[in-house]
Amino acid sequence: MQKTLRRYFPIFILPTLIAFAFAFILPFAMGVYLSFCKFKTITNAQFTGIDNYVKIFADRDFINAFWFTIKVSVLSILTINIFAFILALALTRRIRGTNLFRTVFFMPNLIGGIILGYIWQQMINAVLLQFETTLVANATYGFWGLIILMNWQMIGYMMIIYIAGLQNVPTDLLEAAQIDGATGWQALTRVKIPLVMPSITICLFLTVSNSFKLFDQNLALTAGAPSKRTAMLALDIYNTFYGRMGYEGVGQAKAVLFFIAVAAIALTQLAMTRRKEVEA
Amino acid sequence: MKNKVIGATLCAIMTMSLFTGCGRKAENGDTPQNTAQNPTSTQENDNQANNQNNNQNTAKGQVYYLSFKPEVNNIWQDLAQKYTQETGVPVKVVTAASGTYEQTLMSEIANTEAPTLFQINGLIGYQSWKDYCADLKDTQLYEWLLDKSIAITGEDGGVYGIPYVVEGYGIIYNNAIMDKYFAMEGAKAASMDEIKNFKTLKAVVEDMQAKKDDLGINGVFASTSLTPGEDWRWQTHLANIPIAYEYKDKGVTDADTIDFTYADNFKNVFDLYINNSCTAPGLLGNKSVSDSMAEFALGQVAMVQNGNWAWSQISDVGDIAVKAEDVKFLPIYAGIEGEEGQGLCVGTENFFCINSKAKPEDQAASIAFVEWLFSSDEGKAAVTNDLGLIAPFNTFSDEEKPNDPLAREVLRDMADETTTSIPWQFTTFPSIRFKDNFGAALLEYASGSKKWEEVKEQVISDWAAEKAAVTQ
Repeated sequence: MQKTLRRYFPIFILPTLIAFAFAFILPFAMGVYLSFCKFKTITNAQFTGIDNYVKIFADRDFINAFWFTIKVSVLSILTINIFAFILALALTRRIRGTNLFRTVFFMPNLIGGIILGYIWQQMINAVLLQFETTLVANATYGFWGLIILMNWQMIGYMMIIYIAGLQNVPTDLLEAAQIDGATGWQALTRVKIPLVMPSITICLFLTVSNSFKLFDQNLALTAGAPSKRTAMLALDIYNTFYGRMGYEGVGQAKAVLFFIAVAAIALTQLAMTRRKEVEA
Repeated sequence: MKNKVIGATLCAIMTMSLFTGCGRKAENGDTPQNTAQNPTSTQENDNQANNQNNNQNTAKGQVYYLSFKPEVNNIWQDLAQKYTQETGVPVKVVTAASGTYEQTLMSEIANTEAPTLFQINGLIGYQSWKDYCADLKDTQLYEWLLDKSIAITGEDGGVYGIPYVVEGYGIIYNNAIMDKYFAMEGAKAASMDEIKNFKTLKAVVEDMQAKKDDLGINGVFASTSLTPGEDWRWQTHLANIPIAYEYKDKGVTDADTIDFTYADNFKNVFDLYINNSCTAPGLLGNKSVSDSMAEFALGQVAMVQNGNWAWSQISDVGDIAVKAEDVKFLPIYAGIEGEEGQGLCVGTENFFCINSKAKPEDQAASIAFVEWLFSSDEGKAAVTNDLGLIAPFNTFSDEEKPNDPLAREVLRDMADETTTSIPWQFTTFPSIRFKDNFGAALLEYASGSKKWEEVKEQVISDWAAEKAAVTQ
């Protein structure tokens, strides 16, 4: 059995490999190549070397967008995971209507980012109307708007993952801890959290990559207003690509840098949290 | 044994999903056309298929037009079908979603079946698409052009873009409300004819705003929509006034740097708009163009700055309070010397181009299609009545001009000898980015977080920077 599998495995993976190559590897390689070119459409590209990469740092927008993205990401990663974990803890106790609550908290995740963005834009503006101002009047409003929006959308999903993790914590371990005289807090920090580390790894990875790549919500909520001060990296790349003639290559170069940054951050995070995972 | 069965089933499911994946992909490839076209598309596709067979013999070519305006997509589809029935030449029309023309064109033109007929928005558009624009100097379409200077000519003297429509914009006003005001005691003017400069306009508007309850309106001007993406009426159209005057003073038609000499005149009008409106200045960041047009259509406001294309938006609002005969245009007076003789801003942002990289027979077919559109009775009727375009060609007689109130106002203004219209110099604005930054600055100015001086400086420095970046 093993031997036949080993002999035929190239045939088995071939279809997927072809699909993967055509739908991912090839476009990706082309994208990297285009970041070194000046082009209007992908068929008339001219090689210009690192010109595009030099231009990125000539304009402040990219740096600003980078810091704004960092700020939004750090805060939302923290809040999303903390709230999601608290909710998961609450909903793994035997309280009435647990399933209903889980469903309700999960539901925002089923709505698309663009729609969510517009819904929250309207809601926040309705509140700000009392103060004769709007969401786009001040970058701080946009910042908190994004945080609220992301929390609302992503808490439910992370909660489900944490619930699954918490339910897998063996009850005998918890009972043993109880008999040994552990308080509720000790049981949480010494038993439950170490055992749900795999869930934490996944949740952190998802929130890190999602908040760095955030685009639709950003576009719909503020579109970067006022004066691009609430534009995150993905939106800035989009604006560079389409906003100025001859800057398609610069947008592409930004996208390549963006990919490297997101990959580096996400992989570091994975490696760090993996190390903390323990077996029950 | 059991495991083997399960394994086999899983494998079968996997391969199946792979195949359905492929199948769907092929379908998807077709759907953009199908959804873009109306239900008759299948018929059209059949036509295309048939004709493709014929093509081998007759080399008739085919037309693929990438259209700009989603609101008239159905009309273009019908036209395409009619033309195909009449001549047997397959015509495919695909419309880019609102505000995404550049993006769509960018990806479509890279395809093997690229658009043969597309449009650009002026000289700046020509700069970015010149590799794809064919010379149209020898076409009849160029011959028919009333004013040949409005076509886009390249450095080599060739004609690379031909405008197919003339549009005009200014301040649209509701004459019924104005008459009501003029009949009031202490009115600052007796009729619209007296409003010939910014001073009178300002006096009238401010007085009207003070008496808005008696006039039954919420404000004189409709909301100055400043939501990102909804601010083109200010950062493009209103900005055209100071720039056009500056160009005129300097005797140029384009410039690498500007002094924004008439910045304060821009501020005059902009302040008038935001301070005498139905919406508080701080809330303008939440308003869209359609909000403004709805406010006007419902009779809540007396004036709104927009162009003749806005008629469809006004008349589309159900239960409109404003009557067609009351909808009129006023030039945008900004307090600039000699503005008494100023007319509307008239120009075009729609130029037809033929894809020079398409097959020669397809290029010829595209030219023939456009010429049919602007010379045959059927084509002309559709252009005037269905598309509502003011076509700048001599093939149109006087009876064949559009009849919506705003288009008629534009024609009246163009024919008026006592006024000179302002050309659309905004086609030379450096980039979308320049406009977006300008709009963002206006939003900050309106909400009080930026001073006018800063806006002015930003416009000047952005202009220089963007022009430099684009011409590099």
